[in-house]
Amino acid sequence: MSEIADIRLQIMWNRLISVVEEQAMTLLRTAFSPSVREAGDLSAGVYDARGAMLAQAVTGTPGHVNTMAEAVGHFIDQIPREQMFPGDTYVTNDPWFGTGHLHDITMVTPSFIGDRLIGYFACTAHVVDVGGRGFGADGQSVYEEGIQIPIMKFAERGVVNQDLIRIVRANVRQPDQLVGDLYSLAACNDVGHRRLVEMLEEVGLDSLQTLGAFILSRTHEASIERLRGLPRGRWTSELITDGYDRPIRLVAAVTIGDDGVAIDFDGSDPVSPYGINVPIAYARAYATYAIKCLTAPDIPNNAASLALVTVTSPENILNARRPAPVALRHVIGHLVPDLIFGALAQALPGRILAEGAGALWNIHMSFRPVAGQAGRHAEVLMFNSGGMGARPTLDGLSATAFPSGVQTMPVEATEQTGPIIVWRKELRPDSAGDGEFRGGLGQIIEIEAMAGHEFKVSAMLDRIHSPAAGRHGGQAGAPGRIRRADGTPLRGKGWQSIEAGQRIVLELPGGGGFGDPARRDPTARADDRRKGYVSDRS
Amino acid sequence: MNRPAMKARVGADIGGTFTDVVLDTGGALHSTKVLTNYAAPEQAIFDGLAIVLAEAGLAITDVDVLIHGTTLATNALIERRGARTAFVTSAGFRDVIEMRTEGRFAQYDIDLRLPTPLVPREDRFPIGGRMAANGDELAPLDEAGLDTLGRALAGQGFGAVAIGFLHAYANPLHEQRARSILAAHLDLPISISSEVSPKMREFERFNTVCANAYVRPLMADYLLRLQSRLRQLGGHCPVYLIHSGGGLMSVEAAAQFPVRLVESGPAGGAIFAADIARGFGLDEVVSYDMGGTTAKICLINDFAPRSAQVFEVARTTRFAKGSGMPISIPVIEMIEIGAGGGSIASVDAMGRIQTGPESAGSEPGPASYGRSGERPTITDADLLLGKIDADNFAGGAIRLDLPAAERAVRRDVGDRLNLAPGAAAFGIAEVVDENMANAARVHAVENGKDIAGHVMIAFGGAAPLHAARMCEKLRVRQCLIPRGAGVGSAIGFLKAPFGYEAVASRVTPLRGFDADAVNTLLSDLKARAEGFVREGAEGPTRTELLAFMRYAGQGWEIPVPIADRIYGPADAAELGERFRTQYARFFGRAIDGQSGLDIEIVSWSVKVEDIRPRPEARPLLSTGTPVTPAQFRQVFDPASGRHLASAVFERERLAAGDRVVGPAVIVERETSTIITSSFDAVIQQDGAILIVARELRA
Repeated sequence: MSEIADIRLQIMWNRLISVVEEQAMTLLRTAFSPSVREAGDLSAGVYDARGAMLAQAVTGTPGHVNTMAEAVGHFIDQIPREQMFPGDTYVTNDPWFGTGHLHDITMVTPSFIGDRLIGYFACTAHVVDVGGRGFGADGQSVYEEGIQIPIMKFAERGVVNQDLIRIVRANVRQPDQLVGDLYSLAACNDVGHRRLVEMLEEVGLDSLQTLGAFILSRTHEASIERLRGLPRGRWTSELITDGYDRPIRLVAAVTIGDDGVAIDFDGSDPVSPYGINVPIAYARAYATYAIKCLTAPDIPNNAASLALVTVTSPENILNARRPAPVALRHVIGHLVPDLIFGALAQALPGRILAEGAGALWNIHMSFRPVAGQAGRHAEVLMFNSGGMGARPTLDGLSATAFPSGVQTMPVEATEQTGPIIVWRKELRPDSAGDGEFRGGLGQIIEIEAMAGHEFKVSAMLDRIHSPAAGRHGGQAGAPGRIRRADGTPLRGKGWQSIEAGQRIVLELPGGGGFGDPARRDPTARADDRRKGYVSDRS
Repeated sequence: MNRPAMKARVGADIGGTFTDVVLDTGGALHSTKVLTNYAAPEQAIFDGLAIVLAEAGLAITDVDVLIHGTTLATNALIERRGARTAFVTSAGFRDVIEMRTEGRFAQYDIDLRLPTPLVPREDRFPIGGRMAANGDELAPLDEAGLDTLGRALAGQGFGAVAIGFLHAYANPLHEQRARSILAAHLDLPISISSEVSPKMREFERFNTVCANAYVRPLMADYLLRLQSRLRQLGGHCPVYLIHSGGGLMSVEAAAQFPVRLVESGPAGGAIFAADIARGFGLDEVVSYDMGGTTAKICLINDFAPRSAQVFEVARTTRFAKGSGMPISIPVIEMIEIGAGGGSIASVDAMGRIQTGPESAGSEPGPASYGRSGERPTITDADLLLGKIDADNFAGGAIRLDLPAAERAVRRDVGDRLNLAPGAAAFGIAEVVDENMANAARVHAVENGKDIAGHVMIAFGGAAPLHAARMCEKLRVRQCLIPRGAGVGSAIGFLKAPFGYEAVASRVTPLRGFDADAVNTLLSDLKARAEGFVREGAEGPTRTELLAFMRYAGQGWEIPVPIADRIYGPADAAELGERFRTQYARFFGRAIDGQSGLDIEIVSWSVKVEDIRPRPEARPLLSTGTPVTPAQFRQVFDPASGRHLASAVFERERLAAGDRVVGPAVIVERETSTIITSSFDAVIQQDGAILIVARELRA
């Protein structure tokens, strides 16, 4: 009975999603880098034998998830089938074959039943250090940004490549953590593989072919159906971001057609000399994410749903080629959804949220004892978020990551990892853009080194000179700011030294408002004042 | 009246719909279900108690002990019915409970709403003073500011105060001092985070102390009323509360730490299953409790339910992880998913059948109840598949409307997928069974276990209908359906030990292991846990110690059992070895010794509980004499994908040692047990049904 067969395939689809969730959970629990374990900066997925992504863990941030979907194809291209064996694991951190910067390690594991290759598992995680200049915008080329691991074998037939481990150990600041993470990544793919084999045995299948075809065709049909609900046409938008030392213009043209959405970044500024350039896979990841949020939030992410959006660009800051420096590709990349939303707001007036803080406000800090004193050395990375733009019927979320899918770390956990004191981390009053619905609030953070220590900070901050714009009459959110506590300003990008006893203060940008502020509900306004979201002096 | 020699013990479980009361007179068990009384929850207990006492021919004066569990604290958190709470916190950290993790629990949902914090921003009061991660004072407490705040708060209509300062788990002095300053001005219960939940991670700890303060006046009032009503009625027995960790605590402790009562009902179910596991000597058990709205799955190893240190209550969005509020206290660990008899089935954009988490509840109920419910539910699908007998549901109390079930399944699922109603019903049942099986599988894996080796213990109204299929999916070969399954939690209360788990965070690297500090900490924890236990038990106790350990740099700790003794500096090696063994069990392999990774202990737990005499375990009876069926009906068999003639038996008429050959249905008043074609069933000495895979049958 074919209808029963269909139901069984659907059940297996659910099961496959559970397999990749388990894969991601393993990584989350074994990872060493705080960026992975506390912030959830990772992704995991399963692919068919041709490299088409069939399912991915719900956990995971768009910049990884959608780039990793492409990455597996590069592995298949570069490792001949006859050199693939059961027990193998492949690795890279190549920005152009992986997920856009050297700090992301991607691992791919072929899944075999006996000698037959049935598919692949892949996972990606953001690690804290890969050597080079350290995480920041100052590199002039990718060669300065850290060690490059081309697509190669991490393990062959279960035996780990110790030469690779030794080279890696010699090139990074925290070798134990990084090697620990390599093992965790490999282990998580192993877990996925074991569960997949069990599942196939249980349901009596010997490949992913039938199931894969079912998943992709069902997804394709549903996605095309959603597209029918959208207007046809071409809309353009542009957006100015801070850049490293001068503003940078991003341009997008969005074309909605009968069988897909085409996005082109022609007209965007050229490649920057600093590490804020974006490999196109990363720009594509966030462009696709923006479209999906608006049209198909409930349709699972896989090769068929991703195929609906095509992204092109001549060489420029959103399509930077080797050897451009790309360490902070997220700072520009996270603004791509706001850029796309700008075009869609013309296509779907009244239905698109306002601009938000966009890029995460990450800071990397390198602590050391003041010369001549005893103390600790430590690399500390913090993920912090400003305000999200106001939605058409709701205020923006305050201090919440969007479009990134990561979380912050508890301050109590951060303070265990190094000689750092976070004196303040709370909402920033008067930072939300006013409107019928207001933007989300940013936050204020104050940091100092423990007595006897000093630190260097690598700033990776945007929306300091170009705040989040409001939509349909809503006002802009407050711009961000970074300074010493004594008032001296710091730069939004690049490494800077902070002497002992000095605090730094970060004021994170707020989200833009939506609609005419005059239409805001007076009770909502009164509540904003009572809660101190809006201060009395404003 | 003859006073029985045996003790009369009462278990009472206040649930969302029913209040279950069980009376154990030392052999005979009397139980009843009465509707929960929202205005005066204690009244339902006494109503139920009157019924079971009358049945047993006893008076309230004969009751020796009343053991009580309740969802009142949970419901107060979900429905936001607690006291207006003032939260006093570290300057610079006013918004910890509002900013949460800064993440979104649904990645693609632009219109996402995050849960509103328990204490609104205007009621959160920052105060100067600061501890460091190692417990040193970085800035002195602003005592003058506290004094001013205490005066200002008086008379403003607050019902409770919570205090949460950064790193208070490492050094509680500022919190303690703040409490005494505020207490001088305020006649309010004050909860401090270093007592309620002395664990690292400020969002979880602050939220937990706020939740404790928030429900404290309500629960204290309730417990007071409960006791005075008991006295009025002539009862003089002690009352104990079951806590979320599955042990008993005194009324006084419960009134002070009411957050520990959250999830006490489900904890009772897990203890019920654990007690059955002990009775049969089963050391690897998965309990499966399925009711009208949710299914709960819990692993029970060596007769003890697994425990966790943090869980989430009041999830707002489709049971999504991250949509509720974290409560950081020791709790029996279980997975709860939106899968019950009333869960509604629908079809999504990809043409996939979905079930739950929305539930039709008891009003309007499944379509087949004929109470204006229009949407198809699991119960409706079960009816179409022949698993439920329309004329004999709930002891004939509700006559199920088969055509109504068929209409609903056809309209919402069948027509959309071009499936006949029977196939659609199969799809619905398969999806819900798969969801539950997945949850069980993942839960086992997260705990480093293989589910296939476990024996399932199934209870709750809907579980016996789905247990056999779950077993097929999980490759579980044996499943027990105990007696009294409908009031399992209340029975479980009677089996609960006097037990308490005291926990604390103190990051301790094994390199340079500070044995003295560890010994002091452990003896403090032991004293605290024993203090709670001694409020109710005098006899011998057992003590279990856990260290929550990780490789330095990781963020996830795994529980490692350690010995109860005085530690010396040289013991670090042994602790490290224990950790590596556990790590390999969880994650496949330990990271090899060549790396320079240090191992650290983040938190410590000491659990003390009293030891009860236990009867000898009886082995499971897996063979028996086949009984001849008197009647058959057609039931859909999921593994073979077709209807099979299935033997029908009444549970009341089966005797110990009887063997029922599958496919079969064993019917009873509250539910039916489905035996699929790959299983038989053997009736145990105590009346439990053992579903057993055919290849295991001797």
